[in-house]
Amino acid sequence: MSTWIAVVGASVIAFVFKVAGYVVPSWWLEHPRIVRVTAMLPAALLASLVVLQTFSTGTRLTLDARAVGLLVAVLALLARAPFIVVVVLAAVTAGALRAAGWR
Amino acid sequence: MTVLPPPVHADRRLVVRQGLSVAVATSLYGVSFGALSVTSGLSVLQTCLLSLLLFSGGSQFALVGILGGGGTAAAAVAASSLLGMRNSLYGLQLASTMRATGWRRLMTAQLTIDESTAVATSRADRSLRRLGFWATGVGIYVGWNLMTLVGALAGNALGDPKQFGLDAAASAAFMGLLWPRLRAREPVAIAVVAALITTVLVPAVPQGIPVLAAAAVGAAIAWCRPGTGARR
Repeated sequence: MSTWIAVVGASVIAFVFKVAGYVVPSWWLEHPRIVRVTAMLPAALLASLVVLQTFSTGTRLTLDARAVGLLVAVLALLARAPFIVVVVLAAVTAGALRAAGWR
Repeated sequence: MTVLPPPVHADRRLVVRQGLSVAVATSLYGVSFGALSVTSGLSVLQTCLLSLLLFSGGSQFALVGILGGGGTAAAAVAASSLLGMRNSLYGLQLASTMRATGWRRLMTAQLTIDESTAVATSRADRSLRRLGFWATGVGIYVGWNLMTLVGALAGNALGDPKQFGLDAAASAAFMGLLWPRLRAREPVAIAVVAALITTVLVPAVPQGIPVLAAAAVGAAIAWCRPGTGARR
């Protein structure tokens, strides 16, 4: 049930934000500080999500096959690989490590 | 602003081709979203509804990532929504170009995402901007939703997501979304601070709080530091 609330709630809010750009008076959103915060939020959120998704089990920090997968992903990004290749390489790396008996 | 000559046929073909190639590349990773979503515990229906209704890649990955990691629905919705705030700025940039009203405006808004904005704003001529927006936006909408369904069905068939490293795929997806934002010094600094805060808070506070704390601190830094940061 709470998953449904999240799916519907996030979808409604996302749509409201998208429409807002077209309908609210531009000075609401054009304030330099609002622009800067909005532009910088994705970097903060995504960096946090990288840590959560890679090094946490919810309430504990841990180092496992995901960390090696992330390392491979970064190397692929440095080599300018496309997004889908980056994601697949990370998955294959972690999957292979686990098949070999690593955590 | 200088007066531009009307676009020739070749220009229009070029911008459509550019939009469609961006659409193909973006749609492909809809597969990874679909697979990650079902292995995070969402149903195929919920997964497909996210792509149809929410339709903003980063926000979708954040929502299923936090739900899959055991976070609350409130934390997942908050992180997803904060990530989606940038779409408001895109709408602001595009409003004078698109000049849509009524249901067309709602459709335009739904298609206002990173990629459609990038292709549209890369052109100077208004009709080319609109063409680029629609080619990219509609192309991604169709492709992203089809690929989400493919990924969701594949993810359902895979069984244990860890065996195939799908949890590492989610890490890589977040890093891949973060990467293009790290071209200036300020977002790099904010990303490092956010990562540190998250690391410190994970063992100390309930699930879902670390990501919101990181967002709050990132926002505070951007708010307090005057100067010119990268807009995208």
